[in-house]
Amino acid sequence: MISIENLTKNYGPQTVLNIDLLEIPKGQSFGLVGNNGAGKTTLFSLLLDLIQPSSGRIVNNGVQVNQSEDWKPFTSAFIDESFLIGYLTPEEYFYFIGELRNQNKADVDALLSQFADFFHGEILGQKKYLRNLSKGNQKKAGIVASFIGNPDVVVLDEPFANLDPTTQIRLKGIIKELADREDATVLVSSHDLMHVTEVCERIVVLNKGEMVKDIQTSTETLRELESFFSG
Amino acid sequence: MFKRFVSLQWKSFVRSSSFGKSLGIKIFMVFMGLYLIGSLALFGGLLYPLLRKLDPHQGPIWTLSHYLVYWVLAELMFRYFMQKLPVMDIRPMLVNNIPKSRIVNYILGRSAVSGFNLFVVALFLPFAVVLLIKGYPALHVLPWLASMVLLGLCINYLNFLINKNDTIFALIVGVLAVFFALDYFGLVPIKEFFAPVFHALYAYPATGLVPLGILMVLYWANFGQLKKGLYLDRTLKGRTSEAKTSELAWTRRFGSIAPFLQLDMKLIWRNKRTKMQVFISLAMVLYGLIFYGMDSYGPTSIIYMFVGIFITGIFLSNFGQFIPAWDSEYYSMLMAQNIPLRKYLESKAGLITVSIGVMFLLSIPYVYFGWKALAINLSAALYNLGVNIPVVLWFGSLNKKRINLTKSAFGNMQGTSATQFLLLLPLMMVPMLIYGALKFLVSFEVAIAVVSILGIIGLFLRNTLLDRVTEAYRKRKYRMVAGFKEKNG
Repeated sequence: MISIENLTKNYGPQTVLNIDLLEIPKGQSFGLVGNNGAGKTTLFSLLLDLIQPSSGRIVNNGVQVNQSEDWKPFTSAFIDESFLIGYLTPEEYFYFIGELRNQNKADVDALLSQFADFFHGEILGQKKYLRNLSKGNQKKAGIVASFIGNPDVVVLDEPFANLDPTTQIRLKGIIKELADREDATVLVSSHDLMHVTEVCERIVVLNKGEMVKDIQTSTETLRELESFFSG
Repeated sequence: MFKRFVSLQWKSFVRSSSFGKSLGIKIFMVFMGLYLIGSLALFGGLLYPLLRKLDPHQGPIWTLSHYLVYWVLAELMFRYFMQKLPVMDIRPMLVNNIPKSRIVNYILGRSAVSGFNLFVVALFLPFAVVLLIKGYPALHVLPWLASMVLLGLCINYLNFLINKNDTIFALIVGVLAVFFALDYFGLVPIKEFFAPVFHALYAYPATGLVPLGILMVLYWANFGQLKKGLYLDRTLKGRTSEAKTSELAWTRRFGSIAPFLQLDMKLIWRNKRTKMQVFISLAMVLYGLIFYGMDSYGPTSIIYMFVGIFITGIFLSNFGQFIPAWDSEYYSMLMAQNIPLRKYLESKAGLITVSIGVMFLLSIPYVYFGWKALAINLSAALYNLGVNIPVVLWFGSLNKKRINLTKSAFGNMQGTSATQFLLLLPLMMVPMLIYGALKFLVSFEVAIAVVSILGIIGLFLRNTLLDRVTEAYRKRKYRMVAGFKEKNG
């Protein structure tokens, strides 16, 4: 589904990302871990064509992302709060995203109803603008918005950060469910090794912009990751 | 400790985003500040001859004392809008080893040296100097000056006590209006009544203790109120207004641009700065009166083309010049979405088109100054529609400075760069030059016709032009995304 070849990103003399080859097959749930500055967000931003690569390319379902915009209809993402529109209510925001993805109100409502548990009554009908919600609730809204319109590729940067324990557990369930769908490729980055080993079939470790580990998740994975990061 | 507070304050000033990076804006802000203080000082200096002229038989301070009651009320009203105790700034101090009373003293003391109070000094100090030169006794003038400054400070602290309480504000406006009406219609001589009160501050220097006493009481009241409320869930809580979900279903009829149109309307209504732009634009329809009011130009002066372009295009330039920076906070999301950039721009163009139409309709009463005024405004509106909309959108592709929507519009320079000043040239100058040259060389009618026809041609070419603009946006996408992410731009 996604293939990355000879991808580098430099800022001046500093190389922040350097990936020779990375193939993510369709339907995989893919986890990205690494310390601050490892290049996780850079990789996601490149994938979403928000920054330009210094060299190399990313191909998303046959579309080279910095050449054509045809990857947009089947790709969705939540990177951070800057993906929210602060002066809209959550409902308005969902409907707006829905329209961009050719979903009418009823479609969006049907989707939202599946997330009633996840929202925990704190998102819908609150008479609050997104900018006035807490960080955690903003995140919930952003994550759910990225599910609108059944995208084939979902990119979530640090989805577990800022969420309360109950919501983290529910989110794990949601991501797993999504990953079970044959055609959905999920990319998740996290600082939480436990969460990411639980929801991802495959985990790639980035360190200073380089891929240092590429693991198919097993019972041993968590220990392996812990020993890597404590080293 | 106090020194540390002062240094913090200085840093927050020079590192603030509006004062930011660009040297040009820095110079501009300093210049504007100096200009304001300079003109106040000049006014203060000229106050003496002015008051003399107003009433040659009375002492200038006696005359001035008649009006001071209005000054107090008007300044209270003015500050109600403009000034608020910046309580949010002290949040980081709360959990540190600083006694609460010191924090409160700091923030209250800091407000005493705010620009508003400086203006009082800038106005009355030159006046006092002139008085001294004219031989008025220093023993009276200097205490009087001190009293005026104290009164300014009283207003300062009274305003914080009022603290955006609408009822009290309405009361002040009411009192001001009633006083003025009573005075104006000669029912009760309010001015005469208050004159001796304020004049006493000059005649009997010891009365200066009264404003000092009031000031101390007000400060003490502020201190008590603030110290009691120094909790995150009280004074320090940000205000949030209740959100209303709106459908704007009528926008549906605009078809594919509807979602963006809805977004833009919400953008404008739910954010301080954009909302202010709308009010400023509507008020600016009166701007032409300044020029039409003066007969010296003749009915077809080039200045009226400027007025026409300005009035019908005020929203175009105020709102349009910051496209797409209005959406800067979530621009990366828009770019990652399945979004037709073209539709996004069409929606903005549509919105501006409506604004030009509305402004033109509002400007129709200028026909009072002759049919030529109407003709000029119409051709200016057409030119704005056809030519200036694509131009302003194209210039938008050069924007890469973030705008924080929640900040107020007053003196807000965020998102401003040299581009914005450059932009005014083609928007205003080009039609003025075309009009001026043709009127001079041929005739008024031809000049008007050519400007209108240019606009109509632009309207016919709008699709092609918008294609070009869309291309420009696409090319500069990465620079925009990166620029909008910088918070202190």
